[in-house]
Amino acid sequence: MSCATEDEAFHATLGDATINPCTLCAPLGAALASVGIRDAVPLLHGAQGCATYIRRYLISHFREPMDVASSSFGESQTVFGGESNLHRALDNVVRQYQPKLVTVATTCLAEVIGEDVGRLLRNYNEKRSTHLPVVPASTPSFKDGHVEGYHAMVCALVEALATQRGPQAGSVNILPPILSPADLRHLREIADAYGVKPTILPDYSETLDGVILDHYCPLPNGGTRVEEIAEMPRALATLDLTLTGKASRASTLLAERGAPARILRLPIGIRACDGFCDTLGEISGKVMAEWLEKERGRLLDAYADGHKYVFGKRVAVYGDPELVAGLAGFLAEIGARPVLCATGARNRALRDALADLPAGAVEEVLEDTDFGSIETACARLKPELLIGSSKGYRVARTLAIPLLRAGFPIHDRLGAGRLLHVGYRGTMQLFDSVVNTLLDAKQSSSAVGFSYL
Amino acid sequence: MKFKVLDDREGQVIRTSKQGTVAVTCDKASAAGSVSQRACTFCGSRVVLYPIADALHLVHGPVGCAAYTWDIRGALSSGPELHRISCSTDLREREIVLGGEKRLERSLRSLIARYLPRAAFVYATCVVGVIGDDVAAVCKRVEADVGIPVIAVQSEGFRGTKRDGYSAATRALLQLIGTGDIDSVGPLSINLMGDFNVAGESWIIKEYFGRMGVEVVSVLTGDGRVDEIRRAHGARLNVVQCAGSMTPLAKAMQEKYGIPFIRVSFFGIEDTAHALYEVAERLSNADVTRRAQEIVRAELGKVLPALKEFKRDLQGKRAGLYVGGAFKAFSLVRALRQLGVTVALAGTQTGSREEYEELQAVCDENTVIVDDTNALELANFLVEQDIDVFIGGVKERPIAYKLGLGFCDHNHERKVPLAGFEGAVAFAREIHATATSPIWALMPRKSTSARVAKAKAVTP
Repeated sequence: MSCATEDEAFHATLGDATINPCTLCAPLGAALASVGIRDAVPLLHGAQGCATYIRRYLISHFREPMDVASSSFGESQTVFGGESNLHRALDNVVRQYQPKLVTVATTCLAEVIGEDVGRLLRNYNEKRSTHLPVVPASTPSFKDGHVEGYHAMVCALVEALATQRGPQAGSVNILPPILSPADLRHLREIADAYGVKPTILPDYSETLDGVILDHYCPLPNGGTRVEEIAEMPRALATLDLTLTGKASRASTLLAERGAPARILRLPIGIRACDGFCDTLGEISGKVMAEWLEKERGRLLDAYADGHKYVFGKRVAVYGDPELVAGLAGFLAEIGARPVLCATGARNRALRDALADLPAGAVEEVLEDTDFGSIETACARLKPELLIGSSKGYRVARTLAIPLLRAGFPIHDRLGAGRLLHVGYRGTMQLFDSVVNTLLDAKQSSSAVGFSYL
Repeated sequence: MKFKVLDDREGQVIRTSKQGTVAVTCDKASAAGSVSQRACTFCGSRVVLYPIADALHLVHGPVGCAAYTWDIRGALSSGPELHRISCSTDLREREIVLGGEKRLERSLRSLIARYLPRAAFVYATCVVGVIGDDVAAVCKRVEADVGIPVIAVQSEGFRGTKRDGYSAATRALLQLIGTGDIDSVGPLSINLMGDFNVAGESWIIKEYFGRMGVEVVSVLTGDGRVDEIRRAHGARLNVVQCAGSMTPLAKAMQEKYGIPFIRVSFFGIEDTAHALYEVAERLSNADVTRRAQEIVRAELGKVLPALKEFKRDLQGKRAGLYVGGAFKAFSLVRALRQLGVTVALAGTQTGSREEYEELQAVCDENTVIVDDTNALELANFLVEQDIDVFIGGVKERPIAYKLGLGFCDHNHERKVPLAGFEGAVAFAREIHATATSPIWALMPRKSTSARVAKAKAVTP
């Protein structure tokens, strides 16, 4: 990549320092995945701060209680190992929450001192009269970010829990990337429309978008049951919507155990949604339900109404790779140009995922990047719209580019959990938002102040 | 399931009684698996130094620690805003194996060249403490070349509690204090310590001192400037607001420079008036005292009618509060009492034994006092103590809302200044808006009990 400006040259030489990160740490992703399992409590093996920072970060997005336990390392655990603290933490988590499952993700500290969490957990269960299901995942943040941590935990859950063989069940597995609770609910709704029972892993659509009850639930209702995960190898197929790069896929494991894998694009836009629905049709032998057909038709109708507003518009998209690839495909489909596609993820999956877009649509791809670099690239590529998390607000404000909030995290608006991105319905909401954000910018900057647009 | 406080936390939860105070177990590491609301040593250092706006803040470690503290506090600056940028050395596997010193040095040099800060703070995180980088040596080397103070903050998360992070920040600040020219500092001068200018609160307090004729040499660290902090040793009195984080520094400055300190608070009208009087008294100047009296009179005249209005609606409500330090808790108990609101649950992340004694003394009997509490304890006591409005930070907010009660953010993310006389009105307005919102009557807990009561009333 050439360095077109002095600023960019600076970033290239800077190399070492990250300015305004575009990723969170791996245990955050692992904890988020765990919250999608019914009656599960995530526990982080390391110092107390990691769990607390992650809770605060997720609470600011979902606006829901988010309990993450910690083995609370001090100096002595750092020197002598954290086994007794881990055991004590498990005891206290069991006492307080009575969980069906505990997940243990490692922090940088535990990784650096070389904790063998698998062995520590075996020791723990040997000491107990009852067996506590505990699933560990290795999530060092000097290697991975939240996207990879999320995938690592999903893989670990499948590896440990999806063990049942037997006759095929009429279900279909769905492995989503990090999506909103509303997205997860809608994926379920679409699968239901094809008469197949979806097992979504993870499914935090209820646990992180709960209702208000007359009492406090230590563990929020909802999530995929441990028993459902066990049955996953018996599903008709696994629809894998993730991008993991070279890292192993949970769907590969499931395929080895009996459920064939279908790797699909995140269903945003007509083509990607068609791909998702057609696959469900193929698996179930059913045709598209009337309501879904109508939503598809309305989306096409909206495309027709709005196509001129978006044609040729230069858009910068950033965030988790699956969402960025999904949005880029959608933008290209409606005639807009996703000139910059950026992610802080380190799994190097984004570039390949963008390969089938029309030539010239994407001008620059940034992976393992930060907002310092995204700002520099935007200053040069001059997008007319930014789409991504609220963390891009600073870039948007500095460069005076309108920002459409999507994905995770959104810390400066209400309703992040209710944002719908997927399906014909989610695409419709995105399309309306894209058009209206552009219209709003046009209207506010117009000297005339047109009242019909 | 029946709620029970963890055995590991015995002594950290008590109830006030007429029989006098009891010793609260505190200042210890969070119990493993407790789901504490508290963060780590790094957090303690980071929050204290964060508002220094013309310094570079570089977090040395893997990316997470920097990502979570990017623009995290609503600490405002009247000028430069370097504190709102998140810089990390973003250590990777290579450095874990080979050491991160080279990367740190390159990052430091290039960031300093780019942003031209007046000083740089380098925060050590857990990993750095284990791989054994000599952060201080790198800082010294860079400092010698670039001509600004480059200060290592020993804030590895596992070193202790958030309080230990305050001590690390104190040691860092002491490297700056005493290096500036104090010839022009007059006798009626103070440092305002432990105010972080969240939502512009330092500006409100500084304005009072301006009217009193008192020079504020530096604010530690709200709207902080390196050059002001370097002159802090010229002040005649240290006025400590956030006692938890700043008492160690005040003590150190007393020892090193002979500057006496007082602990005050600017939350609530009583405490604000008391703080202004106390400063005047300690500076022993009749004019300053007179002006303090004038300010208090004038400001009370403005705010008392408004507070009275709010009190009419709030009388008899019950509040819970969970805050960082105990001094804020004392003030809030008094400020709420002024509004007719009783505190029935109070806790802190970092209170000391003496502070918990004072907290018990200031609270009514049968108040639940918690040290380093967790989400489930809070949820339980909010119900048990029949709380109407809860005061805390972001992590406490959803607990209150899930129970269908009001909430007021008195932590980093508040956007409305709550200090001083005008802040007292803003605080009352916040409490009023949340405690008297009509939505709570629709929530299941309230509407179920109302429905049950109604059903009972009609049954003969």
